[in-house]
Amino acid sequence: MRDLYQSQRAQRAMRQAAMQRGVIAILDVGSSKIACLVLRFDGQDHFNENDGVGSLAGQSSFRVIGAATTRSRGVRFGEIDAMAETERAIRTAVQAAQKMANVRVDHVIACMSGGRPRSYGLDGQVDVMGQVVTEGDIGRVLAECDVPDIGEGREVLHAQPINFALDHRSGLADPRGQIGQQLATDMHLVTIEDSVIENLLYCIKRCDLELAGVASSAYAAGISSLVEDEQELGAACIDMGGGSTGISIFMRKHMIYSDSVRMGGDHVTSDISMGLQVAPAMAERIKTFYGGVLATGMDDREMIEVGSDTGDWEHDRRTVSRAELIGIMRPRVEEILEEVRVRLDAAGFEHLPSQQIVLTGGGSQIPGLDGLANKILGQQVRIGRPLRVQGLPQAATGSAFSAAVGLSLFAAHPQDEWWDFDIPAEKYPARSFKRAVRWFRENW
Amino acid sequence: MRPLKADRLDTAKRDPAPSRWGYRYQRLMLTPGFRKMVKVGLPMLVVGGLVAGWTAREANRQLIADAYNDMKGQIQQRDEFMVKVMAVDGADDTLASDVRTVLPVEFPVSSFDLDLEDMRQTVAALPAVAEATLRVRPGGILQVNVTQRQPVAVFRAPEGLKLIDVEGVLIQNIMARGDRPDLPLITGDGARDVLDEGLKIYDVAGPLLPRMRGLVRMGERRWDVILEGGQRVLLPTADPVSAFERVVALNQAQDLLERDVAVVDMRHPSRPTIRMNEQAVATLRQINGAED
Repeated sequence: MRDLYQSQRAQRAMRQAAMQRGVIAILDVGSSKIACLVLRFDGQDHFNENDGVGSLAGQSSFRVIGAATTRSRGVRFGEIDAMAETERAIRTAVQAAQKMANVRVDHVIACMSGGRPRSYGLDGQVDVMGQVVTEGDIGRVLAECDVPDIGEGREVLHAQPINFALDHRSGLADPRGQIGQQLATDMHLVTIEDSVIENLLYCIKRCDLELAGVASSAYAAGISSLVEDEQELGAACIDMGGGSTGISIFMRKHMIYSDSVRMGGDHVTSDISMGLQVAPAMAERIKTFYGGVLATGMDDREMIEVGSDTGDWEHDRRTVSRAELIGIMRPRVEEILEEVRVRLDAAGFEHLPSQQIVLTGGGSQIPGLDGLANKILGQQVRIGRPLRVQGLPQAATGSAFSAAVGLSLFAAHPQDEWWDFDIPAEKYPARSFKRAVRWFRENW
Repeated sequence: MRPLKADRLDTAKRDPAPSRWGYRYQRLMLTPGFRKMVKVGLPMLVVGGLVAGWTAREANRQLIADAYNDMKGQIQQRDEFMVKVMAVDGADDTLASDVRTVLPVEFPVSSFDLDLEDMRQTVAALPAVAEATLRVRPGGILQVNVTQRQPVAVFRAPEGLKLIDVEGVLIQNIMARGDRPDLPLITGDGARDVLDEGLKIYDVAGPLLPRMRGLVRMGERRWDVILEGGQRVLLPTADPVSAFERVVALNQAQDLLERDVAVVDMRHPSRPTIRMNEQAVATLRQINGAED
């Protein structure tokens, strides 16, 4: 835990440095595409963290000056599978975005969907030291949370205080300065496999970039595609990516649950590829051009050329009806949504005041998906697109970019995490000389 | 496991990814400082180095200097800059020839080679010149405007007769008093410093003027008027002009100077004194004695 605290704090410091330089890159490492955005922050007067959410939902403080996407290589289920290829793909995206922005980027905030994220709810309680609650008290109460056994080889990705309670009053967003005796907190902890995040770190380091933050892509997608009242009242964001489908549940503007289903658009493609006996690239093309999940009578008559390159005329000139294609795609999409339903049920989503579900991500572009999702997930389902961000090219405004856009919002206004607060002094090692050295390093 | 090495060439062709070094190169070129250095600093360094290397040789430097001088000369020798004649205005013939003598300019000459200020000072140093201005007029004419000193008196110095102007500056020598009979004659040590007083005395002379021979400054403090026939009028130190006016009036009233008077001494204003010649004294005594 100590190492994690230090490394996360180092990332926060890096983010501060990037803010001062004014340029930061966003990297969404997905299974089907790698997207890179270059953000420019317009100085401190535009960017005021203490001011709450500013105009345009706080996204007016930055501007996208470079955007690039590349086909992802070597990523499966949102995890890095072939390191060298992924590194090259990241390089491609970063270079293209840099070229568009015409500025060199050194700091990058990355997100990823793999690594089997697991969600934990923690709580802690502590007596307030003085009359009023100070920042030190918050640090203490956060440190007081009893961490569950997160398992071998896992790492904490997010640790966000989502609620504070002072004596008998609960639901405080910011207890600092309030008078009370007992401070309690609820904390949401997301862990993922450490090998996954280490691979990502290594890849980014190999690209000569500094990591200024990591986020779960389900969380990022939720930030950008849920509107404010949905985030407030409770909603689930389903980020249907290529290799995995991320689930994040928001309430009172905090993520309270996160999970992922290791199935996504790539599986639909491979189903088509197997079912129609075509190459995966062709299957992807057929899926994006003709795909759907609700068949109508019209679809029986619409014939799709399934091209192939074997030289056998009979084989190369096959056609399938769109209804057949839908017949292949639908079971897989249903399976994904069923799995999502199971996860939501396990999380107790039905107990939330609002049952809004937002589908986003590249997979949500399948025509008719909302109709199908209605049947499986409930009535309140909509297809979500990311928030509009200044300077974002038209090509990057689709739902496939909700994680990238959400990550830029996250970069501009990061959620307070456990490591943003100082560890109480008594938890430090007793060697005071080391502490003095640390103090010097932090302040000079 | 798929082959790791065999088809590397093959995949490299398909992959649009930049090479590691290409990527680094691009990032380097996007670094502002480095970019500026490459685009501005390096070319400047190369050009500067080449220039420095070339000029390091004495012959090359000489070449540049020669070319520069040659070009400078070509421009300066253009017709538009040439001065062909000198025009002297405001001076009489003697002074004009003097000016031409002290300005030994060989025409035609480029106006760049003329040091006008130096020449002006040379001209202004001439005794007869009060003020001089020089300029090169369009048309290649060196225009010298001279304000000549006007002689107001003839001054007799130990070495000869000279003309002096109102400020007491000696202008030129003259051979004889008769050359300038129109000007008054003044002499004596320190006479040049109080010249205006002497001229005033001449102004009030009136009918005595034809008889006046000159003014002598005595002991650097007072004037003597010398009249025809060696008659002298000794004027006081203070207010000599009114004293002389009195003498003039006396002369008009009583024909004082027509008589055999050697000296009219006005040095004591309340007691004018007359010194007569010996003969006159004797004659006077005879008359007085006869009366007795």
